[in-house]
Amino acid sequence: MEELFDGLLNDHLGFVVWSAVAFLILVILLGKFAWKPIMSAINERERSIEDALLKAEAAKEEMARLTNENESLLKQARAERDLILKEARHMKDQIIAEAKEAAHAEGARMIEKATIEINSQKAIAIADVKNQVANLSIDIAEKLLRKQFENQREQDQLVADLLKEVKVN
Amino acid sequence: MDFSHILNSKKLTLSVVLSVFLSLFACKSFAIQSENETVKEKNAKEEVFNPTTAILEHIGDSHYWHVGGELSFPLPVIIFTDGGLETFSAAEFHHGEAAYQGKYHTYKLVEDKIRVVDANGAVDKEASHHIYDFSITKNVVALWIAGILLLVIFFAVAGGYKKRTGKAPKGLQSFIEPIILFVRDEIARPNIGYRYQKYMPILLTIFFFIWMNNLLGLIPIFPGGANVTGNIMLTFMLSFVVMLIVNFSANKYYWKHIFMPDVPLWLYPIMIPVELIGVISKPFALMIRLYANISAGHIIVLSLISLIFIFKSLWTSVVSVPFVVFMDVLELLVAFLQAFIFTMLTALFIGTAVEEHHH
Repeated sequence: MEELFDGLLNDHLGFVVWSAVAFLILVILLGKFAWKPIMSAINERERSIEDALLKAEAAKEEMARLTNENESLLKQARAERDLILKEARHMKDQIIAEAKEAAHAEGARMIEKATIEINSQKAIAIADVKNQVANLSIDIAEKLLRKQFENQREQDQLVADLLKEVKVN
Repeated sequence: MDFSHILNSKKLTLSVVLSVFLSLFACKSFAIQSENETVKEKNAKEEVFNPTTAILEHIGDSHYWHVGGELSFPLPVIIFTDGGLETFSAAEFHHGEAAYQGKYHTYKLVEDKIRVVDANGAVDKEASHHIYDFSITKNVVALWIAGILLLVIFFAVAGGYKKRTGKAPKGLQSFIEPIILFVRDEIARPNIGYRYQKYMPILLTIFFFIWMNNLLGLIPIFPGGANVTGNIMLTFMLSFVVMLIVNFSANKYYWKHIFMPDVPLWLYPIMIPVELIGVISKPFALMIRLYANISAGHIIVLSLISLIFIFKSLWTSVVSVPFVVFMDVLELLVAFLQAFIFTMLTALFIGTAVEEHHH
């Protein structure tokens, strides 16, 4: 046993110290200039990838939301348009109906007015005709009478007739 | 893992494997018979191949970096002696054949370990106990190479994050990022909980440090080839660091669990020592596990290669090389697995230390 450990420390302590020094230098240098930037870069990248994925997910949701909104807006717009069209149609019908009614009323009024006018004109014309007829009749009667009473005998005759008639009565 | 289907599918049954080995024995005996004279002469001069020493040499530390053939780089020697600091090149030892006269003592390499020798060249045990070897050995250099590689790789990756802030990773960055995320999501977060962020730097460093050294250990040629994570001194250092981190980040619940466990009072003399042993044994298990797994892999590969030299026949490679390739692929998995297990258990220990109890 003693033989086995003879000179162990004398021969090998040097290598233990050298290797410890080399290992320590490696730990310090690699730790400072390799592991630190590498690990932080890997972590940073993983974080950014996760972030990007989350953002993509959020964007997708936002997109879906926007699409939904658009659709509902479109639907609403369509409904509104339908409503407006309906109202317009209704209004058109109403206007047409009103116009028709007004036209009817106006027509009736005008016809009435015309009738009145015609009637008054007719009355005037009839009165005129009556006058003229009266004048004409008078003229004729005058002329007739003049003619009849040109001779005396006929006049006497007539007076006699008239007197006769009165007697009868 | 079950790899038996590979053998079954190729009809490579055990008997086939055995017959190949047996034929190699026949080859060897034939070779010995035919070259009886020359071999005997050679053996007298040449050292007999000893696989144990060869393997232990390969998995051990060294003051030289053997590249191949006769080529090897001597590494600097630094010794703290009772007299003072002593530095020179390992080339002075001439591969352990020569002693070096330093300022305070005369040194010699004995089994690649520095020993003080007296004037006669005999090892002075007493004096040897007063010197401390702080040499830049093969393992230290391999450690530096791994460290520099890690720094280069991860500074480049960190630069990639700075350049492409918030963008998808590219190139090396996209190769490393899943591993970092694996450490975070499979190791740190499930074991430590929401406070994992504080321990990420140390866990990542431990993981990549072990993995990189395991992988470099699998490469048989320079700049690999050193057995750093299969060295118990390194795994001791790592598990010691883990022990410090675990115990310094422990909260009151952890200490209460050790010193005032919810057991009858008369059990305390048993429970408290057991819990205290647990504090040491957890990192101790970490140390042994990593060391044993990596060393075992290296020893198996080296043993398979040694077969070629034991049988002294090139034909052995027909069998041992495919096995070595198979083992290397398995070791590739083990390299990752052991880094993972070490880091995961570290995270688990930290997790138990920082856990909030609601009794």
